[in-house]
Amino acid sequence: MKTVVLARVVGTFAEDKDAAAKLRREVILPALAADESLEIDFGGVSLTTQSFIHALISEALRQHGEDALGRIYFRNCSTAPRGIIETVVQYVLEARNEPDAQGADERQESD
Amino acid sequence: MKLHLPNSAHLQNIEGFIRKYDPNGNPTILRVSGHPNYIHMHPVALAIAACAGATATFRGWKTTGSVPNVRSAPYLVRMKLFDYLSVRPPRKIEEHEESGRFVPITQIRTADDLRRTITNLIPLLHTNPSVADPIRYVVSELGRNVLEHANSRVGGFVCAQYFRDQRRIAIGMADAGIGIAAAIRQSHVAPTEPDALRLALTPGVTGVTPIIGGNETNAGAGLFFIRSIAKASGNFFVVYSGKTEYKLLRSQARPEVLFANPMLEGHTLVESLPDWQGTAIGIDINVDETTQFTSLLDLIRRSYKIDVDRSTAADYTKKIQFT
Repeated sequence: MKTVVLARVVGTFAEDKDAAAKLRREVILPALAADESLEIDFGGVSLTTQSFIHALISEALRQHGEDALGRIYFRNCSTAPRGIIETVVQYVLEARNEPDAQGADERQESD
Repeated sequence: MKLHLPNSAHLQNIEGFIRKYDPNGNPTILRVSGHPNYIHMHPVALAIAACAGATATFRGWKTTGSVPNVRSAPYLVRMKLFDYLSVRPPRKIEEHEESGRFVPITQIRTADDLRRTITNLIPLLHTNPSVADPIRYVVSELGRNVLEHANSRVGGFVCAQYFRDQRRIAIGMADAGIGIAAAIRQSHVAPTEPDALRLALTPGVTGVTPIIGGNETNAGAGLFFIRSIAKASGNFFVVYSGKTEYKLLRSQARPEVLFANPMLEGHTLVESLPDWQGTAIGIDINVDETTQFTSLLDLIRRSYKIDVDRSTAADYTKKIQFT
């Protein structure tokens, strides 16, 4: 199983989307394409942004759906990164599994 | 172009400052003036002023006028306004340690600028995570928006202030880019600026793709998170782009509900303002030193929804493997 130690790449505040995109392209997507499991270690990361987590894992979720969740392990997540990971996973998979996606401007207001 | 530094420009009355900004007139001169007795500017007003000054310099315009030597002039100098506004500072000041009080105006043109700015925030703020984390989060997300969507020739200008006695953080960012309407219209139908602002503040909508939920690099969630941070802390959030301003009004702290549609929140929408060719965003956040920023993010997590049919959606979070 491959392991990514995030703090070594981005420090204590994981916000660098360029770094997230590099990890996505070079580590996460190739591992999942090869049917491997992957561990993303958040040890030492105290804060992250929604944009960073989206750039890191959304494409994996879009390509592999719920199956990706069976092969990605999120290790040592503190409260803030954990909450943002949950948010991103939920909205990406909701959108992926929406049968009739269309543009926001074409929708009825739903609130 | 005319820019007047006002007596008072908080987020609740920022329109007074905006209405005195005049983008018309002589197209090669920026004329600067200030209130004769006292000048107070929210960080977003400072960011707008710095951005206007830098834009004038970039275009080779002449800057004329002056800023009166009012009692608050040292604050404007320390915030580095005159590094970008090409008029003489009204007075010199002694530089001294400012830890924990403010982040001076910083120009962000590249991803490296943004990284450096965020790194430098920590020693500047010299405070606990309940104060530092919201500032780092908001500056990062606003900075990314500028770099990825604004196409601003002078980049973006950001600054922040921490009012320790009021336990309030004020953050402002301004750019001279294409503006929100042009950015959103790249992928969506938005006949008016208010339509574009509504879409830009709605989770799952981004100008880079018509697909709800975004693409691999953009979720269309950044501005939703930022306005939600303001709402969750019970304070103001302002977006001014083109001739239109959306303002999230102050509300009860710790609200139970955050709406995906920004027009369902308590807000004002002001049209026919002077045309700001770019985007300016201001936010006030109440910080409770006993409450972690994570509790605000948790409320957003529970409230976040993109425009999909929830009746068939599963709770995917239960399948995430946290070890």
